[in-house]
Amino acid sequence: MSSPAYAVAATVTDPEMPMLTLEDLGVLRGVEEHDDAVVVAITPTYSGCPAMATMRDDLVHRLRDAGYADVRVKVELTPAWSSDWITERGRQALADHGISPPGSAPHRSGPVVLNLLPTRRAIACPRCGSADVELTSEFGATACKALYRCTACLEPFEHVKEI
Amino acid sequence: MSHSAPDPSHEDGSPYDDALLGSDASHWAFGTDFEDPLAGVDTTLPDGVDARTLATYCLMLADDALVASHRLSEWCSRAPDLEEDIALANVALDLLGQARLLLARAAAADASVVPALPDGSPVPPEDALAFFREAHDFRNVRLGEVPNGDFGHTIARLLLFSTARLALLERLTASRDHVLAAVAAKGVKETTYHRDYAGRWFLTLAQGTDESRRRVEAGLAEVWPLYGELLRTHPVEAEVAAAGVGVDPATVADEVDVVLEQVFSVSGVQRPGVPPLAGVTGRYGRDGLHTEALSRLLAEMQVVARAHPMGQW
Repeated sequence: MSSPAYAVAATVTDPEMPMLTLEDLGVLRGVEEHDDAVVVAITPTYSGCPAMATMRDDLVHRLRDAGYADVRVKVELTPAWSSDWITERGRQALADHGISPPGSAPHRSGPVVLNLLPTRRAIACPRCGSADVELTSEFGATACKALYRCTACLEPFEHVKEI
Repeated sequence: MSHSAPDPSHEDGSPYDDALLGSDASHWAFGTDFEDPLAGVDTTLPDGVDARTLATYCLMLADDALVASHRLSEWCSRAPDLEEDIALANVALDLLGQARLLLARAAAADASVVPALPDGSPVPPEDALAFFREAHDFRNVRLGEVPNGDFGHTIARLLLFSTARLALLERLTASRDHVLAAVAAKGVKETTYHRDYAGRWFLTLAQGTDESRRRVEAGLAEVWPLYGELLRTHPVEAEVAAAGVGVDPATVADEVDVVLEQVFSVSGVQRPGVPPLAGVTGRYGRDGLHTEALSRLLAEMQVVARAHPMGQW
């Protein structure tokens, strides 16, 4: 995973959360070098993630700038992306930028259980550190985030959802 | 469904030069050309499956998602509050993403399902399927296409739709078609959020004020006649289920019903006593038989693409 081409691809950032590299987000799944061609595999976070085209363009440009003439980007759908793939460095970067990082993704066996109560997460306000936070909505400005509000400092903040 | 603006780097001296874009024009909008959602994915057919049958099945799953997504997106800027506006748009976006993957899978399985476009048209197959098919070629269930009522109606419909879709996708993760299995595995995660969202709002509205309860009950009564069709077996579904690549919706009917009963009982809502909407001469949405509402929906969704079959988006 530490080829020169991988090292270049690993510097490309997420267009919607630019504090994260695609590697830290867990979206960069591999880089293969065949003769003169570089094939980069990425996976979408959510099916409708509108940032995939920009990620692809950014990877192609960055690798071309580094001297790789033939760059291809392929989609890898299996296994499906999990928020567990966000690296420790990525979690720290999220927190440093006021976004609450995800807890552990649910691991289920058997049918998905209906949950009619607000999702309970043990999270803290990324600004003041208070654990007195309330969920505003399970859906936010990007597909991967929920909206919260800190009841101590009263600031709203985003939380990356566990999937 | 891939959007992009003209490449501004071709316009010398445009106001979008370096100051706005820096040196990298690829940051203009989202991408600068079409992005295949299945780029590099192995779309070889599994053994023992007819290409046309698999493509038709993919269209059923795709059209359910596309039409539901369009109806939900009609709430944009019109929802009761900003949070619900964002939530409904998120659900719509997830479903649009599922639709894109499934339309691309249908086209890769059997290119003959894709409408013909003029020579040299840059419209990719998934867009040709979304924007250039007639209503009678759409395979979605009718539940998805009926017009939006109020928020209560939308929540009732989303509850029925997402409960059935989640149960289907959970089974579909075992498909022998690796693309369908992968799309389903992603979809399960997303649809879990959709179902919880709909279930919580159903309960909230039912246990809220007299008016909110009246509205969600009225919404449920309006969509209930279309519930049965959601879990009715079409011959194509029976065939793909027998081949181990698809799911017969009738096999998940009981578990869907159990989940709905859970929501209804905690909400104190009775099942509506309205009969199912019959097919027409035995044909339903899965056969391409739709209500007038689908034609109107498609007219709006398709008009721009159809006016510019040579257009680059």
